[in-house]
Amino acid sequence: MSALELSRVSKVYGSGAGEVHALRGVDLIVEPGELVAVMGPSGSGKSTLLTIAGSLEEPSRGEVTVGGLPLSRLSRNEKAALRRRAIGYVFQDFNLLAGLTAAENVSLPLELDGAPIRTARAAALAALERLDLAGDADRFPDDLSGGERQRVAIARAVVGQRHLLLADEPSGALDSVNGESVMRLVRETCQAGVAGVVVTHDAQLASWADRVVFLRDGRIVDQTARPDGPESLLETGPAR
Amino acid sequence: MHTRYTDDRGGSMSVRHALLALLTEGPKYGLQLRQEFEARTGEVWPLNVGQVYTTLQRLERDGLVESDGEDGAGTQKSFRITAAGAIELDAWLRTPPDLSSPPRDELVIKVLVAIRVPGVDVHEVIQTHRRRLVELMQEWTRVKRNASGDDLSLALVVDAELFRLDSVVRWLDAAESRLRRSPVSTPAPVRPPNKPVREGARR
Repeated sequence: MSALELSRVSKVYGSGAGEVHALRGVDLIVEPGELVAVMGPSGSGKSTLLTIAGSLEEPSRGEVTVGGLPLSRLSRNEKAALRRRAIGYVFQDFNLLAGLTAAENVSLPLELDGAPIRTARAAALAALERLDLAGDADRFPDDLSGGERQRVAIARAVVGQRHLLLADEPSGALDSVNGESVMRLVRETCQAGVAGVVVTHDAQLASWADRVVFLRDGRIVDQTARPDGPESLLETGPAR
Repeated sequence: MHTRYTDDRGGSMSVRHALLALLTEGPKYGLQLRQEFEARTGEVWPLNVGQVYTTLQRLERDGLVESDGEDGAGTQKSFRITAAGAIELDAWLRTPPDLSSPPRDELVIKVLVAIRVPGVDVHEVIQTHRRRLVELMQEWTRVKRNASGDDLSLALVVDAELFRLDSVVRWLDAAESRLRRSPVSTPAPVRPPNKPVREGARR
């Protein structure tokens, strides 16, 4: 069963002369454990694709299925529960709550879902530890560096039993080495069985994905081929 | 037939100075130099034994290294750097590399030509190259991902390739965005043979 399936998804904003077609018949399947990057310039529809995949917005036409559940058949409350339990988001500007510690930020989605505080905190600490942030659990976002804040955001996105990770330009304004550690973490999260979708205009970020799809004017126009073995480059490399 | 997205100018010059650099650590044998060169460049630039010995012979001829005196290029011959070699190495490290653009960048020419050839969609041509570049970047990123965390040389070499390829992708993005803003009026698909393209198409 696919972790995420978009089938003929279209999104139109406005009406009449002011109609804007953000997505036009997009098909996309992401399997568990797979990391897909959606690459496109601003205005290509990539952020709309992500919000629709995450059930934050509804498509004008077409169907979105998350873990086998068609979103069109779920009520508002059921969708909200799905977002809390199954879907994790990482945003460009981290979106951490300044008044909460790192651990509280991470445990929040579980608490909102009704988990006892102690259980939620234990899960949050485990997620922070996986991201090398065990010592920062009780610090506030303002006391953390940009790279640390983004790792807290990733911990929040993967805490509990999420199986879909959605990220919008997750390395944001981080320098390239910090951006690389963010992508390394996203990658490791996917290797543990989570399906990931990263939207970006940055080719270096996209190159961490198993598959890169190219979005132009709301349509998927192309995608990268399945990779060869990891050592193919060193045997026939372009650097020679 | 392949479009080259990377530039390997100056390769042999680097080998010469890389060998000098390795000899600053003390006298070494030719085979040892080859292994250490490969290890420290992340094994991305393989060297053959012939290249190593030819380079060492030239360095010796130029007085930049000296050997333990045995005749020929025997594998048991040990090399050490001379004072002149150390000065040469120091000067090389501080000399800016040739960063001038190649006289005719193949990809730039392809895009310029695609604008003018009837029936060719320049956006499709751009996308074909963009996809191939991103595929190459995926391969390099995979090499970095699979490398051990303390292989600093490999990380530096792979970063250099990724930034180089990324700059080409960015150029394609910029070219596409420029073309969208001011679309070129391509000639009609059918034209009589031998009629020259109009002036504006020439560089």
